[in-house]
Amino acid sequence: MPKRGAPPEVNAGSMADIAFLLLIFFLVTTTIETDAGLDRMLPPIEPPDTDVIIKQKNIFQVNINRDGQLLADDELTNIKDLRAKAIAFLDNGGAPSGTADYCSYCKGKRDPSSSDSPAKAIISLKNDRETKYGTYITVQNELVGAYNDLRNREAQRLFKRDFTDMEAEYLNPETPDNVREELKEKVKRIQDLFPQKLSEAETSSN
Amino acid sequence: MSKFNKKKDAALPAVNTASLPDIVFMLLFFFMTVTVMKDSTLKVENVLPNASEIKKLEKKDRVIYIYVGKPTREYEKTYGTESKIQLNDKFADASEVGDYILMERAKKPQELQNVLTTALKVDKDANMGIISDIKQELRKVNALKVNYTTYEGDAFRNLQ
Repeated sequence: MPKRGAPPEVNAGSMADIAFLLLIFFLVTTTIETDAGLDRMLPPIEPPDTDVIIKQKNIFQVNINRDGQLLADDELTNIKDLRAKAIAFLDNGGAPSGTADYCSYCKGKRDPSSSDSPAKAIISLKNDRETKYGTYITVQNELVGAYNDLRNREAQRLFKRDFTDMEAEYLNPETPDNVREELKEKVKRIQDLFPQKLSEAETSSN
Repeated sequence: MSKFNKKKDAALPAVNTASLPDIVFMLLFFFMTVTVMKDSTLKVENVLPNASEIKKLEKKDRVIYIYVGKPTREYEKTYGTESKIQLNDKFADASEVGDYILMERAKKPQELQNVLTTALKVDKDANMGIISDIKQELRKVNALKVNYTTYEGDAFRNLQ
């Protein structure tokens, strides 16, 4: 009768080699992608049916020239000061108390010659055709940063939490639905307090 | 003293390598999960600018990519040193962007067609002129959601 021992063991000595081979393949092909950036909405191409008249004082004009210099509200400005200026403009709340536009949560100077309320305030960004993309992104970043700073302030006051943090959790697909529903309302509320009105006009060619 | 003498001739014990495959497999799975296969080879220089107020692009299947930058050295002779647009695997003119977006949009499932984002991966030394042309084209085909893809970092580093 033939001897019936245990079946012979598979030699696993080369397992490490195979695994190393695969490991090296993935190491080489890996590019940890940087898929993050500034989200923006472009204006639709059809002009709106009704002409909306916007008061000059509600527009914060930012111009970038070909050398990367910045003109904010007709003043030559350093890019480092742009965020503070944009915040001052958005948070101004110039409408007198009692009127429909009165902004109760604004902490600005309430200068009647600047914006009426955050809902009315518009930032208009213009650039030259020869402006460097890097400069443009820096300016965009500062303007979005100004909105985020203000929204964070309001979110801290109302919900004791940063707006950017709440929004990130809301946009994360792994967040459970019930948490999301709750966040949606909060995010919406803060967005309504400081709506992002950042207009990108067509480029001037001179 | 026989207690100590015993070990005298014993060779250094071999290091047990039985757990080596486990360690390697762990690493392997890590890299497998973080790997994103490149879908198109870049023909343009693509050093993205830095920004700090960024949002993540969560769903990859809802994104259309447009690359802009100077042609890399091997294409410099044929295409010059001015910034170019790369769509999929080839260079293109700004006027072709609209068609490309429509084509890519048609490839996506119906329910995603309205929620697509266009990711602009633009070299930081590119001029805004070409970006404005692209934006104009995007507006024409009603692809209004754009994302200026950037690295995370201090935005002021772009100015140097």
